[in-house]
Amino acid sequence: MLTYNQMVVDKKPIRDDDGATDLLFRALADPIRRDILRRAHEGRLSVSALAREHPISVTAMQKHVAVLERAELVSKHRVGRESIVQTKTDALARARAALDRLEADWRERIERMDQILETDKGES
Amino acid sequence: MPVTAVKKDIDALTMTITAEFDADAERLWELWADPRQLERWWSPPSHSSTFVEHELAAGARTTYFMTGPDGEKHHGAWRIEEVDPPHRLRLADDEVDAEGKPEDGGPTAMTVTIAEAGDTATMSIQTHFADRESMEQTIEMGFEQGLAETINQVDPLLSAAKA
Repeated sequence: MLTYNQMVVDKKPIRDDDGATDLLFRALADPIRRDILRRAHEGRLSVSALAREHPISVTAMQKHVAVLERAELVSKHRVGRESIVQTKTDALARARAALDRLEADWRERIERMDQILETDKGES
Repeated sequence: MPVTAVKKDIDALTMTITAEFDADAERLWELWADPRQLERWWSPPSHSSTFVEHELAAGARTTYFMTGPDGEKHHGAWRIEEVDPPHRLRLADDEVDAEGKPEDGGPTAMTVTIAEAGDTATMSIQTHFADRESMEQTIEMGFEQGLAETINQVDPLLSAAKA
């Protein structure tokens, strides 16, 4: 039986972070964006270098990178005239946190279900 | 605590929680079928739930909203996809705006399984994020460092779950 994670149960309002979670999973849904995450792991490639790896324009690549940035999966910094993209390594940690939050929500719900069953039994 | 097992699959982005209750399957089914009972457990104590439309029939649409402490409302809708009372229920939970239009971002799907075992019954809820397929691909295709870290962190949790 798992007992960890109970500390988040009372403090986190339900769905407080769902917007961020949606952004995260949507960002990961595209194969080009997943490829960017792999290639930008070492933080050496620019937006235009990344664009050359795919049959897409620099503008289209900028849009993909922007989606990843909004989901906080990559960061961008300027080196001279180039925009260097770097994958943030805690992306999967956040996916895991989303599952943890889901668990906490459901533990609470099950606790409430159990209370309902007990209460109704007492009344009948 | 009625919870007997929790299984989190980081690859498939699913979380399955199983609980054993001192009740029969029909009684557990009512927790889902009766909107007045749903309202008593769906939202945390800080919020109240109101289920506006709710009928467990394949193809039916449930609409509900949760009201927070400051009166702010979160709207939700379910698409009921599969119903086999009192044992199995599958639905998709969509975030919707105040007009009931779907908001960006995929639904969370849920599968509820209820099984009787002697004097008690177990309820399993498997819930997963919309992009399961793409998440599996992500994992398969590498992301080596992050993945290795994640597995190292998740393993002790999984062992703890088995213990």
